[in-house]
Amino acid sequence: MFPLRIAGLRFAPEARPILDGLDLELSGEGISVILGPNGTGKTLLLRLLAGLLPADGGAIDWGGAAQPDGRLAMVFQQPMLLRMTVFTNVEFALRPQPMTAAERRRRTTEVLERVGLAHRARDCARLLSGGERQRLALARAWAMRPRLLLLDEPTASLDPSATEAVERIIREIRTEGAKVLMTTHNLGQATRLADDIIFLADGRVQEHAPASRFFARPQSPAARAFMQGELPWRIAFDR
Amino acid sequence: MLATLFEALSLLGSFDHRLFEIVGLSLRVSLTALLIGALLGLPLGAWLAVAGFRGRGALIVALNALMGLPSVVVGVLVYLALSRSGPFGSQGLLFSPAAMIVAQSVLVVPLIAAVTRQIVEDAWRDYAPEFSVIGIGRPQAVALLLADCRFSLSVAMLAGLGRAMSEVGAVMIVGGNIDGYTRVMTTAIALETSKGDLALSIALGIVLMAIIFGLNVAAYYVRGWATRRYG
Repeated sequence: MFPLRIAGLRFAPEARPILDGLDLELSGEGISVILGPNGTGKTLLLRLLAGLLPADGGAIDWGGAAQPDGRLAMVFQQPMLLRMTVFTNVEFALRPQPMTAAERRRRTTEVLERVGLAHRARDCARLLSGGERQRLALARAWAMRPRLLLLDEPTASLDPSATEAVERIIREIRTEGAKVLMTTHNLGQATRLADDIIFLADGRVQEHAPASRFFARPQSPAARAFMQGELPWRIAFDR
Repeated sequence: MLATLFEALSLLGSFDHRLFEIVGLSLRVSLTALLIGALLGLPLGAWLAVAGFRGRGALIVALNALMGLPSVVVGVLVYLALSRSGPFGSQGLLFSPAAMIVAQSVLVVPLIAAVTRQIVEDAWRDYAPEFSVIGIGRPQAVALLLADCRFSLSVAMLAGLGRAMSEVGAVMIVGGNIDGYTRVMTTAIALETSKGDLALSIALGIVLMAIIFGLNVAAYYVRGWATRRYG
């Protein structure tokens, strides 16, 4: 599955390119954070990788294979939860996998404990708070034991304590060996989580660098301009 | 007019044997047709909602059109199918409650399937990306969506029951309105009114309305409870 190589990726609905010749190479470790202005194609890139949309051009090479090996999970900005219990919302995602019902239950219980939702296993998922819903969505993805986890703004509209809980889970998933590729508009979060930053603008990767180097001294003019508008982050990072 | 109404109420109050026999048969026939309609219509509608194939649009249009199928036309078609010279004539079902169930099922299946298709398709639009990434196949998606939409689908079931219970033409043709055997509320109302026995007609009308109104009230409260309980 890795290294994941993207070459000349293009997505241009009605001949208006959003991604226009995007090149990127990702290793199988760490947390890569995609930054960039609104409408630059961050979420779109995740959806193309997840196979939810067909690209109009370019190639994606999954470590020598044309398709990912199935160990890919994605958490959406607003995850859809079935009108069923918290437990079922995780367990159903394991049904396509070759495992017994007992194994599914065991793994579901395990991930719910790890995201702090075991005590709510029998509650209806739709009645959870925003932070709990996001933790449940992460638990669902985690239960699938993904090799690549795609996260689309996983903490958008969450309060600081819920954000902290979600970030802790993301770190744990990374520690267990999954590659995390996520988008965020929260630069503070990017500094806390990212091992490397992928900066998108004008339909391409303008800069791909280790997080410490990117935040200390962005190389591309687009990234520099973008960063200058984010003073709160700069203060936090300099500390 | 008032005297007739009092007479109708006294029939109800005295638990008139003939009246309750008719009500019982109506419920048996319509609920069985509803069960068949649900068993066939729910999966058919859900499958149409998630499936992608050539001719899907035409099938949806046809299904929607069948919702308005005239019941007398269904009655004639089922009559031809069950009559002695028809393909199922050897079964001897004509002029029996079974024939009425067949006719009502033919009316109810497209209605439940069409409403289900619309409800499930709306849900499918939201769930499709998640299901796709997880690797949920179409058959599993159908089962999950039917379970997820179970409270909204009560609308489809109510519509189906309403269609079955209020139906006259088809059951009159294939059931024959035989006293004590195939006479249901709607056919009895039609017959008794033509005979001038308005009291029985009104009593049956009250029961019919009470059943349909009661079921709608129950469905309303179940949906309210479900929203509070399941979001």
